[in-house]
Amino acid sequence: MNNVFVYCEIEDGLIGDVSLELLTKGRTLATQLSCQLEAVAIGHKLNGIEKVLFPYGVDVVHIADDPRLAPYTTLPHSAILIKLFQQEKPQIALMGATSVGRDLGPRVSSALHSGLTADCTALEIGSHEDKKADKVYENLLYQIRPAFGGNIVATIINPDCRPQMATVREGVMKKEPIDPAYKGKVNQLNVADYVSDTDFAVSVIERHVEASKINIKSAPIIVSGGYGMGSKDGFKLLFDLAAVLGGEVGASRAAVDAGFADHARQIGQTGVTVRPKLYIACGISGQIQHIAGMQESSIIIAINNDPAAPINSVADYVITGDVETVIPKLIKYYKKNSK
Amino acid sequence: MSLNILVLAKQVPDTRNVGKDAMTAEGTVNRAALPAIFNPEDLNALEQALRLKDKHPGSTVTVLTMGPFRAAEVIREALYRGADKGYVLSDRAFAGSDTLATSYALSCAIRNLPQLDVIVCGRQAIDGDTAQVGPQVAEKLGMAQITYAEEILSVEKGRIRVKRRIEKGIEVLEGKLPMLVTVNGSAPACRPRNARLLMKYKYARIPNELQAANEDYISLNNSREFLHIGEWNVNDIVCEPAELGLSGSPTKVKKVENVVFQAKESKTLTDNDTEIEALIQELISNHTIG
Repeated sequence: MNNVFVYCEIEDGLIGDVSLELLTKGRTLATQLSCQLEAVAIGHKLNGIEKVLFPYGVDVVHIADDPRLAPYTTLPHSAILIKLFQQEKPQIALMGATSVGRDLGPRVSSALHSGLTADCTALEIGSHEDKKADKVYENLLYQIRPAFGGNIVATIINPDCRPQMATVREGVMKKEPIDPAYKGKVNQLNVADYVSDTDFAVSVIERHVEASKINIKSAPIIVSGGYGMGSKDGFKLLFDLAAVLGGEVGASRAAVDAGFADHARQIGQTGVTVRPKLYIACGISGQIQHIAGMQESSIIIAINNDPAAPINSVADYVITGDVETVIPKLIKYYKKNSK
Repeated sequence: MSLNILVLAKQVPDTRNVGKDAMTAEGTVNRAALPAIFNPEDLNALEQALRLKDKHPGSTVTVLTMGPFRAAEVIREALYRGADKGYVLSDRAFAGSDTLATSYALSCAIRNLPQLDVIVCGRQAIDGDTAQVGPQVAEKLGMAQITYAEEILSVEKGRIRVKRRIEKGIEVLEGKLPMLVTVNGSAPACRPRNARLLMKYKYARIPNELQAANEDYISLNNSREFLHIGEWNVNDIVCEPAELGLSGSPTKVKKVENVVFQAKESKTLTDNDTEIEALIQELISNHTIG
């Protein structure tokens, strides 16, 4: 009872990175709170899935296995979580800020009347004093998230309602198994006790899903473009430079919104958080919400014709000039100097 | 088959174009410095509703917004583009609502409307980016939901088919009406204002706005039913007051901080060939690249 729960996203029997990242964070929180970490796996053909989960320090894995539970649909997955949470009364419940977690989380929080904070960038344990009610709350989950387009960072708490629910984007937390020999328990759920036939009201008619070919999260070098690249054509320069350096192309929200680049390339608070060894920001002014997603890069080069661009303040090297001039020169001198 | 369609829309501060005066010295948001706009994804949702109406003549598109009285601007904007009717849900009792209290108030207001076939709304609003209100409204109304929609493909024989765009591809889902659909920004943009509708609805007002109007205008408005935008307050909906506003919000804001990044000591270069070659050589020699 009153443990930390993580909902695991499963695609083709594989647990999503975002869920493993949350388990890693969940383990830390559970240890701090001296409680257990429990995982919920809902889907089909989940035999042996616990073996993947235990190394992350999972004490209990709840498994709901039924052909109708994969691929994900809203109502059956929420029905299971709602009932399971009513029985187990978690103090904290985490899920990915993905199209699954952001579909499921609000539904569950509404049914349980519990607070949900979307897209947290940090989760911490702390206390809170309610001066009006003269009451002190210990061991609350601080749900820290950007708000207002990333211009402020808010710490949200749920003093009275449980579970304290939060979603976190992929790549924000680190993924780290703690012990390959960690042993937990399996709780196989009887699906019929949790889901009724009417929950299968929406069916998946067609599904074209493929593992993304774009993997900016683990790229060691990222060449990223902003609105200042001017057009989708302008982005070709970035692909050229990335190809030469062996990196990936990223983009700011403004560039993605303008249609210059695919959403999968978006870096920042509403995209992916990255920590490459080299980040080259081209034509990016550096809105807070972008900087928050790349400031931990080892080396940052900013190329911009505005010497006062905010991105320059976090850059190790600032090249003041036009991207159309500078990028071809970078390519030229890299080719000349590399072996 | 004619459909009864509801669009949920929100007036939001334009956080995408935040200027230097958008934050006060104390680190709070200076709402007055930000223009109020129609939440972008709600416009995508409105377009899906209008397309359904085009395909199903005789359908009605109603727009509901919760916010201050000036949110009537969002209703007018929707009327100019083809919506039929609008309501503004406004009351001090809703102040401080988190997403749960907001969806509770909206769901109570929706119960005032005739039986709906489809509710559409934007996936998320740009001031919060939470994407929670849509699914929470659906849960409170006991409706099924389809989120991240890019296109409502068809509504036939009481079933709706929707294409949704998710991280790694697309899905087509089908389910029974009524259905709540949240629409992505990748969906087609909303049609522009229609000049004829602009003329027709230019003077559409909520009663609160009429208080400031002159008598000529009031009598004009009184004589034309279509110029009436509905205005609901807490007394117009059946609700549990404790579930509204701050008291109905399980989440509380403990602290708000202005974002400040640790500035680095940076080297500034020009686009001069020598400087760029030196930079490349430095990056190669310290094994950052190469």
